[in-house]
Amino acid sequence: MTALAPRAHELGIVGCHTCGSACSADLPRCPRCGSPLHRRKPDSLARTWAFLIAALILYIPSNVLPVMYTSMLGRGEASTILHGVVEFWKSGSWDIALLIFIASVAVPSTKFLVLGTLLVTVQRRSTWARQQRARLYRFVELIGYWSMLDVVVVALVSALVQFHLLGTAEPRLGIVFFGLVVVLTMCAAMSFDPRLIWDDADGSE
Amino acid sequence: MTLYPALVVCEHCDSVYRKHDLDHDEVARCGRCRAVLYRASRLDIDHLLALTLTAAIVFVIANVSPVIRITVGGMHNEANLLQAISALSQGSALIVGLVAAATLFLVPLLQIVLLGWVLLFARAGRRAPGFGFAMRVLHHIRPWSMTEVFLLGVLVAIVKLSGMLNVIAGPGTYATVVLTVLVTVIAKRDVRILWGRLSGDTDVEWGT
Ligand SMILES: [Zn+2]
Ligand SMILES: [Zn+2]
Repeated sequence: MTALAPRAHELGIVGCHTCGSACSADLPRCPRCGSPLHRRKPDSLARTWAFLIAALILYIPSNVLPVMYTSMLGRGEASTILHGVVEFWKSGSWDIALLIFIASVAVPSTKFLVLGTLLVTVQRRSTWARQQRARLYRFVELIGYWSMLDVVVVALVSALVQFHLLGTAEPRLGIVFFGLVVVLTMCAAMSFDPRLIWDDADGSE
Repeated sequence: MTLYPALVVCEHCDSVYRKHDLDHDEVARCGRCRAVLYRASRLDIDHLLALTLTAAIVFVIANVSPVIRITVGGMHNEANLLQAISALSQGSALIVGLVAAATLFLVPLLQIVLLGWVLLFARAGRRAPGFGFAMRVLHHIRPWSMTEVFLLGVLVAIVKLSGMLNVIAGPGTYATVVLTVLVTVIAKRDVRILWGRLSGDTDVEWGT
């Protein structure tokens, strides 16, 4: 095995979150950009848990409640996210159905599972599959915001279908919960400090 | 010494490395966690400023021109980004309307304006007034910029409505395609090296 690079706390250094400078660990603020310096994000685990649990709770109404009400030519219906996926599937647009399914169901579920796993393993100070867990975290950070897709679709359809006599479309409460779930899971991912994955039981945190 | 310009700290695992010059398109990765440490910096300020100004023009077009136009039984209707956001903000959905306004409109706008401001002065090798503030804001709003999600949403909405209506993509959609490419290009470049390049060695700036 090749020797690994030293870690910042061993050298008395802290990396600035904002501008990326390597600063002395005894400074309260970064001399270059003035941002507060932290060895680790403050209260990372507690905050991540809080955002994640809040998101998980809101995820239930966001799936059960309708996200949009549409009435076309006298036929009105309120549809949930999953209902929208099924509609696309039935109408033959399996690719769009898959796209919405990934953005609205698979991505949030993946975030819940991955962040939950990361939190539990970090709390146990596990040394298991560190590099893979670090990659998983970066993956979750990368895909998270695509869940906003459904919010955009509801906004566009509501703006377009405004024919009073022929039909209307308007947002329903489900989309509010869903939008909040996306924001909360993004906050959860940002609160998590990936450097905790690499902290040893004996190492200073 | 309080600042170590020759060192780089991995943001994902806290490993410390000495910086090396990289060849074209080379990427320095962390040996411990494999995250990207830094990329070869061919930050051409003139080039980046030109792209940012183009993005500003395209941003205006993308926001005022309709993205989708629908026709049914002799009636037609069209909507642009701002109309979509206001349609979403009806009644109880106001909160999610605000989220959409922030991520689809306000954040991309701020990115273009702040980056343009900083680069305009960087051309002359100077720090713009409020440089530190602008750079910190740019860093913090970056994850909340969602122009590309809007583009995908337009595509899905077109397919969704085309089942029952006559749907065409408006000029706003094409402008959004260009805007997505431009924002991705200008936001992907790591402008954080401007901190070092414009700092004037030991010049200490404590924010706003
Ligand atoms: Zn800094
Ligand atoms: Zn690393």
